[in-house]
Amino acid sequence: MELSAKHQEYWRKNLVITAILMAIWFVATFVEGWYARELNDITFLGFPLGFYMSAQGSLIIYVVIIGIYARYMNKLDHEYGVQEGEDK
Amino acid sequence: MSQAAFSQKGFTQQLKRYYGLYTGGFIAFIILLAIAEQMGLPRKYIGYTFLVATIGLYAMIGVMSRTVEVSEYYVAGRRVPAFFNGMATGADWMSAASFIGMAGTLYLSGFDGLAFVMGWTGGYVLVALFLAPYLRKFGQFTIPDFLGARYGGNAARSIGVFAAILCSFVYVVAQIYGVGLITSRFTGLEFGVGVFVGLGGILVCSFLGGMRAVTWTQVAQYIILIIAYLTPVIWLGLEHTGSPVPQVAYGQTLKKVTELEKKITADAKEQEVRKIFKDKADTANAALKDPAKAYADGKARLEQDLNNLKAANAPADQIEAAEKALAGYYKDADAAKAQWNKEKGLAARSAPPRPHSTPFPGKDEKARDTARLNFLGIVFCMMFGTAALPHILMRYYTTPSVREARRSVFWSLFFLLYFTAPCLAVLAKFEVYSSLVGSQFASLPAWAKAWASVDPGLLSIVDINKDGIVQLAEIVIGGDLIVLMTPEIAGLPYVVSGLVAAGGLAAALSTADGLLLTIANALSHDVYYKMIDPAASTSRRVTVSKILLLVVALIAAYVTSLKPGNILFLVGAAFSLAASSFFPALVLGVFWKRANRAGAVAGMTVGLGVCFYYMATTYPFLRDLLGVTKPIAEYLWFGMNPISAGVFGLPAGMLTIIVVSLLTPAPGKEIQELVEHVRYPNLAGDTVVSEAT
Repeated sequence: MELSAKHQEYWRKNLVITAILMAIWFVATFVEGWYARELNDITFLGFPLGFYMSAQGSLIIYVVIIGIYARYMNKLDHEYGVQEGEDK
Repeated sequence: MSQAAFSQKGFTQQLKRYYGLYTGGFIAFIILLAIAEQMGLPRKYIGYTFLVATIGLYAMIGVMSRTVEVSEYYVAGRRVPAFFNGMATGADWMSAASFIGMAGTLYLSGFDGLAFVMGWTGGYVLVALFLAPYLRKFGQFTIPDFLGARYGGNAARSIGVFAAILCSFVYVVAQIYGVGLITSRFTGLEFGVGVFVGLGGILVCSFLGGMRAVTWTQVAQYIILIIAYLTPVIWLGLEHTGSPVPQVAYGQTLKKVTELEKKITADAKEQEVRKIFKDKADTANAALKDPAKAYADGKARLEQDLNNLKAANAPADQIEAAEKALAGYYKDADAAKAQWNKEKGLAARSAPPRPHSTPFPGKDEKARDTARLNFLGIVFCMMFGTAALPHILMRYYTTPSVREARRSVFWSLFFLLYFTAPCLAVLAKFEVYSSLVGSQFASLPAWAKAWASVDPGLLSIVDINKDGIVQLAEIVIGGDLIVLMTPEIAGLPYVVSGLVAAGGLAAALSTADGLLLTIANALSHDVYYKMIDPAASTSRRVTVSKILLLVVALIAAYVTSLKPGNILFLVGAAFSLAASSFFPALVLGVFWKRANRAGAVAGMTVGLGVCFYYMATTYPFLRDLLGVTKPIAEYLWFGMNPISAGVFGLPAGMLTIIVVSLLTPAPGKEIQELVEHVRYPNLAGDTVVSEAT
């Protein structure tokens, strides 16, 4: 079947949000990890920041990323009429 | 549909009620046991009660969830709500190593251990964004199912089956090992008996009810393991930080630990002990340059001493002492060499304490940069491995919808206990540095005395410099001790120790359940049903699956009873192997329509091959096995540790899929439509039906 323009736009939006969230994930993981030594000079909530991020900060960011994605996509499904039947 | 919609809502309500009651009942059970302990119930019986009660409980859930229906057996009827699937995934994910070992790893390696914490949580971002919703829409039973449908033919499916079994089997052996260890430690049963008791607990769930029983047991196990993990940490945290949420407040404790580290590094007595270790190691190193000569020299010197004393008509006690020294000398050159090799290792204990919060310590800039690269390498492999381990991905087939699958990943990550492990490590370290170090040997804290006498492998304290005071350098702590000892250093009753053991058991059992099911399903569903006998009736398929489950479990238990070494490395290796083989083929399968069969087959093979080659040439155990002789340094790429072989395997696999796919014809129209079908939760005019019932 041919996909409608609306369908294609839905997929494009999905790709955009995926890319944005992956960029945040990358910074919270690899950029943070690379500069952990430098970050440790800053104190945050009583922790050296580099330690705090790896032990907790980045984890919180991960949970938030996944939460945002689930909310955004579940809303997008409705906007573009590709949602499933109710299950709740 | 409306009927189903209504019952799904009612079902969720019912689940909440049941598990609410269950949690209350479990807490009441602990309180009763605590009262019984106060009234004089011996510790041994507390251990037994926990073992029998929890395994009996899992068995009961298993019996209640027994099923012979295919979709119940493979995917729990696809009606597990996001919240509960999150808990089940949490239990499925957290293994004995996570529960007992993670805090210990963090205690021992400080910041660098956080690579596992980040990797095992950040991986869920990849699951959420790239896999869970699409796999749910695809909606069949196993991960090789997706490879088989997306790339067509049996080749991609077969490689998928091979990789799934390889990763899961290694992992399941480690779990059964953990089960045997915990059972034997807390009940006094023998290790072998412990393995089979645990195996019974595993089988009664997965055998009777497949994924359905495993899911509902895992939720129950999750509740036990989280209560078990949090209780002692919160108690200890309250004592040290004054906050009931020590995860937020332990920054102050970390600061105190850092100060204590400085004090210990500068302390004269500590330096004295470290010097003793260094001297011993130096002597051993010198002797090892020519062990035969060193052995002969040493012996000759003692004989000379004795002769001199005799010639000088020395007092009898001196001669006796010299004779004793000679008799106590190494039996032969080999014994001497073995001892020296052991003492050479003491060099590690001559180092000052590793600063807990400092990333990538090393002797020079180059060593520090290599450490950083390896840190990021482990993070990378653990993340992509998490997003490719079949027993985890399989869980997202069980939600009622794509929408719930997305939410479910959120709950999975939320429920992991990795927020707490780094906090526990710091609290335990503070306790050791402040109350154990500096105490008198004559009056050690009770918990230290108890553990040192139970198992010197977990805790050994020896007065090296004979000053009667404990120095940090005189303590050797096994990583597994940290979680096990927390209830005692927090001054909690023994019942909490029993609870922690029950939690560790729950963690090991739940992971083993998921893994065994993955292996048995790959064999019964992918190999038997899809490749050998597609005409098999549904009841026959479930029967075959159950028999295979039993066979795989027995083989795994047998391998475990051989106590193969290097289990921790092998578990790490499973992540690298999974990342290299599955991740590229799965993700490109959804995001790139052009990916085709030739590309996937080549890419998975190359990914696995590169990953295995790197491990085989750089990991001592495999090098010995395969007879690799050239020095490791010649094979190392960028100084990367063998555990992170996926850093090379994954990109190689991905690149191969892209290049080979572009060189060969694009996949047919049906495949393109399947990809579109998977991308949209609900596509108007879509004719593809992929969901299996």
